[in-house]
Amino acid sequence: MTQTNRLNTGGRIDRSQPVTFQFNGQSYQGYRGDTLASALLANGVDVVGRSFKYSRPRGIVAAGAEEPNAVFQLGATEATQVPNVRATQQDIFDGLVAQPTSGWPNLNFDFMGTFSKVFGRMLPPGFYYKTFMFPQAAWETYEKYIRKAAGLGRSPRVKDADTYDHMNQHTDVLIVGAGPTGLAAALSAARAGARVILADEQAEMGGSLLATRDQLDGQAAADWVKATLDELAGYDHVQLLPRSTVNGYHDHNFLTIHQRRTDHLADKAPDNISRQRLHRVRAKWVLLATGAHERPLVYGNNDVPGCMVASAVSTYINQYAVAPGRRLVLMTSNDYAYRTAFDWQDAGREVVAIVDSRHDVSGRYQEEARRRGIKLLLGQGVIEARGNKRVDGAVVAQLDPTGDKVVGGGRVLDCDTIATSGGWSPALHLSCHTGSRPVWDDEVIGFVPGKTVQQQLVAGAVAGTFTLNECLKEGAQKGAEAAALAGFPSQAVKTPSTEHWPEAKPMALFCVPHKKRNSRAPKQFVDFQTDVTAAAIELATREGFESIEHVKRYTAMGFGTDQGKLGNINGMAIAAKSMNKTIPETGTTIFRPNYTPVTFGAIAGRHCRDLFDPMRYSAMHEWHVKQGAEFEDVGQWKRPWYFPKPGETMQQALDRECLATRESVGILDASTLGKIDIQGKDAREFLGRVYTNAWAKLPVGKCRYGLMCHEDGMVFDDGVTSCMGENHFVMTTTTGGAAGVLEWLEFYHQTEWPEMEVYMNTVTDHWATMTIAGPNARKLLSELTDDINLDRDSFKFMDWRQGTVAGVPARVFRISFTGELSYEINVQANYGLHVWEKLFEHGAKYNLTPYGTETMHILRAEKGFIIAGQDTDGSVHPYDLGMSWAVKEDKPYSFIGKRGMKREDCVRDYRKQLVGLKTKDPSIVLPEGAQAVDDPNHPIPVPMLGHITSSYYSANLGRSIALGVVKGGHDRMGETVYYPLTDGRVVEAEICSTIFLDPKGERQNV
Amino acid sequence: MFYIYCPYCGEHREEEEFHPKGQAHLARPENPDECTDEEWGNYLYFRDNPRGIHHEIWVHAIGCRKFFNVTRDTQTYEIKESYRMGATPEVTHANDPLS
Repeated sequence: MTQTNRLNTGGRIDRSQPVTFQFNGQSYQGYRGDTLASALLANGVDVVGRSFKYSRPRGIVAAGAEEPNAVFQLGATEATQVPNVRATQQDIFDGLVAQPTSGWPNLNFDFMGTFSKVFGRMLPPGFYYKTFMFPQAAWETYEKYIRKAAGLGRSPRVKDADTYDHMNQHTDVLIVGAGPTGLAAALSAARAGARVILADEQAEMGGSLLATRDQLDGQAAADWVKATLDELAGYDHVQLLPRSTVNGYHDHNFLTIHQRRTDHLADKAPDNISRQRLHRVRAKWVLLATGAHERPLVYGNNDVPGCMVASAVSTYINQYAVAPGRRLVLMTSNDYAYRTAFDWQDAGREVVAIVDSRHDVSGRYQEEARRRGIKLLLGQGVIEARGNKRVDGAVVAQLDPTGDKVVGGGRVLDCDTIATSGGWSPALHLSCHTGSRPVWDDEVIGFVPGKTVQQQLVAGAVAGTFTLNECLKEGAQKGAEAAALAGFPSQAVKTPSTEHWPEAKPMALFCVPHKKRNSRAPKQFVDFQTDVTAAAIELATREGFESIEHVKRYTAMGFGTDQGKLGNINGMAIAAKSMNKTIPETGTTIFRPNYTPVTFGAIAGRHCRDLFDPMRYSAMHEWHVKQGAEFEDVGQWKRPWYFPKPGETMQQALDRECLATRESVGILDASTLGKIDIQGKDAREFLGRVYTNAWAKLPVGKCRYGLMCHEDGMVFDDGVTSCMGENHFVMTTTTGGAAGVLEWLEFYHQTEWPEMEVYMNTVTDHWATMTIAGPNARKLLSELTDDINLDRDSFKFMDWRQGTVAGVPARVFRISFTGELSYEINVQANYGLHVWEKLFEHGAKYNLTPYGTETMHILRAEKGFIIAGQDTDGSVHPYDLGMSWAVKEDKPYSFIGKRGMKREDCVRDYRKQLVGLKTKDPSIVLPEGAQAVDDPNHPIPVPMLGHITSSYYSANLGRSIALGVVKGGHDRMGETVYYPLTDGRVVEAEICSTIFLDPKGERQNV
Repeated sequence: MFYIYCPYCGEHREEEEFHPKGQAHLARPENPDECTDEEWGNYLYFRDNPRGIHHEIWVHAIGCRKFFNVTRDTQTYEIKESYRMGATPEVTHANDPLS
């Protein structure tokens, strides 16, 4: 197909560089400098999608971010699929592949189109809520087909082939938008020496100046743009970001900019370049120069391809050298839009008529139209478009002076394009992101940015300043003001000017009335992307939705990926009129981030895959990897889970590790346990306040187990703390709880007890910790140390000694989480692997067996030792755990948790208490989380008694064991409870002591 | 994302460096054991939820690890001041009731 709508001259495209691309399976040609939208229009492609609800054919209506219809799926391969790309913002390149996102089964024959033509009357607002909700279970089935029929794009099914990154930046002045206002502002700020970031969403900076035929100081406007950009590019302190959408304006002047670095070059980014970048900018001052979006007028069948926004038609002609039709009818409520008719005529095409809704209007624009011989229809409106896949006529009728009703009979003008303008809506989205409420301005006929608490200025069209001369001046002034506020005294630069044509007062017209009332008229679309009509909004208000936010949600107006950039103001005006209110009384909805869709890739940046979260490794990690360990994540740590030998199942490995430890000796890498060094003359008292038990008399060289509770009395962490010196302790915490415990300790020290002299710091990473446990632990250790007396009576259980192990200074703690004779050897982390390997050298003869976290869990459960966070859940106090021995109530200071665990609910009977559970069938391992009941045949709802917290198969005991909470469990020893499982089985279990093995503790007392 | 001034470091830093720790100026009762259940319950669970000025504790978690107070407007998210533990705020609901 040839470029039938391409003009022979003009535009900013490069006719010497043809580009071939694909749309909807067909190959087309455009030129470098084209957007996908301008290239499709050049090729005479009218239908680019099907509408969401009624499946009507839709064409391109706008030329910027506000485009609702030409929203495509891009990507030549599965890995490069991108949904929701606006064709008006995508440059073409050789090999670009685009697909319409709507139209199922295909664009030209559409099932829903046929369906909704017949049943259209049955699709009122709220249709989906009203119809598909019942029966509820069927929603999943409906949803699949509704989504498919509606066409919302899709995500790629394979890994993204590209990389994305983030850049954190500070700047003095961030200017959003590089149209006339933004460029003038950037000049003022840059010349003052302020660091400036100038971001613009389009491929080329210049905004409206790229599409105007206005001259600046007698030169083409584009020349001034070029000179300005050249000057700005010469400053080191200025950063120009084209193809970069400022998508979010967040608290305290934090803004996110989505830069598309290579999307205009190829399907996949060139090697070693990130495809997109998210700039995270903290700006001292922000200047919004985001311009305005022209509002189309609402009339019957205004969605037929060929109906466009007036300024977009001019942009396509002037910037891209594309006249998107032959015969134009222009409908307007203001003077400015007359320029579109003049542009059209100068492009050599026929202007059928200018239809102006105002009755008495005469000025420079009307004179010019008459001079050009263009038919001028005053006091009239286009009430309906004719045509199906392309406009073939416009029905024009006389309106009353207020534009409320049709007063004369209609006649049909033969045309293929209808351009409309209802005025301009300031693009105040970013201002809204900060919580600022827009304010209605009758002069502007639109909402302008309201009061803000941010360091933010606005200038140009977004502030309601529409003429080019004033935009340039205001930009220069506000740019200087922003720089000055940021600490760079500055003056507004002198800006060029253009000949200004005075404009007559525009008319506030939003919806052109039809001869029939709106509910009977041909559909008058307000929001193209979500298929919301004027009649639907009126119906919503009749059904009692009076708040504009409710109207929005009920009709889905503004819910599309375009967020109603074109339609929202029209919709609010229609709702206001329908309720006999003014627009300010009705109010506006609030735009939220993001301004345009952002890829997940850009949001994630490098924070994905291996870099998603930091990974922490112990000093012995490489050894574990070589041994073929399976790992589990504990907090950010990678801990060995178990060490399977070739051919072993997980259970076989666990059985072997458990038996070897209790029969001879096993070894655990315990480096990840949190370690907090606590010093100061009040350290001992401090421990007494944060632990539930006593610390006043713990001598140097001794260790003690402690429980920590919050003020509510509930256990949240536990561990062993050792006395290193009179005023020096080392506390251990759970692996996952370490950071939280340290912060909690600091909280109490800094906020409640600042008078205490105590200092604490994490030393977790400083030490490598290896636990050897089992009957041969002492024999093994004795081969590696000659300065620690390991004799059972001099190095007792819960003692620690300083000495040398494998030639390395070490702290050795005789503590046990397995119930076996056990030593925890701590050495400086970088010696860890050396000591570990020495232990294995000497341990071979004892069958020294490495075990991971799972065997650790089994061995401790055999002894009834709890794991905070697994056997406790924030509702369990020490008495519930049967650990009253760890609470010392008569300490002088009311320690944290003491008062909490005395509350009425904490001291009542029948609380859930931790007990052991033995299944009647010893081979059944209960699933953790299983709920206990007294009578499995009890009618629903069955009273629940508590749940299983830990459950394993114990090779040492030859049976399954479990810990769990049961209401009143401590008084129910020997009784039976039942666990109904999700698979229908009911497992019978006996309540028993939590200590399954060696209740007298003889194994460690050797 | 907030931009928070740490009164100990003397610098503004990104919110990512801080953790919020809830309402400020809540003293732990002197004698917990003498509190009634209701008094203790109030201390444990009941917090203000003002529209406007709110004093709250933050900790410079990935920085100096110091706890400090922030006066923040819960409607606009404006941070009016940061001040050290033990200091009294300059901006209060009483002297800035409109914000």
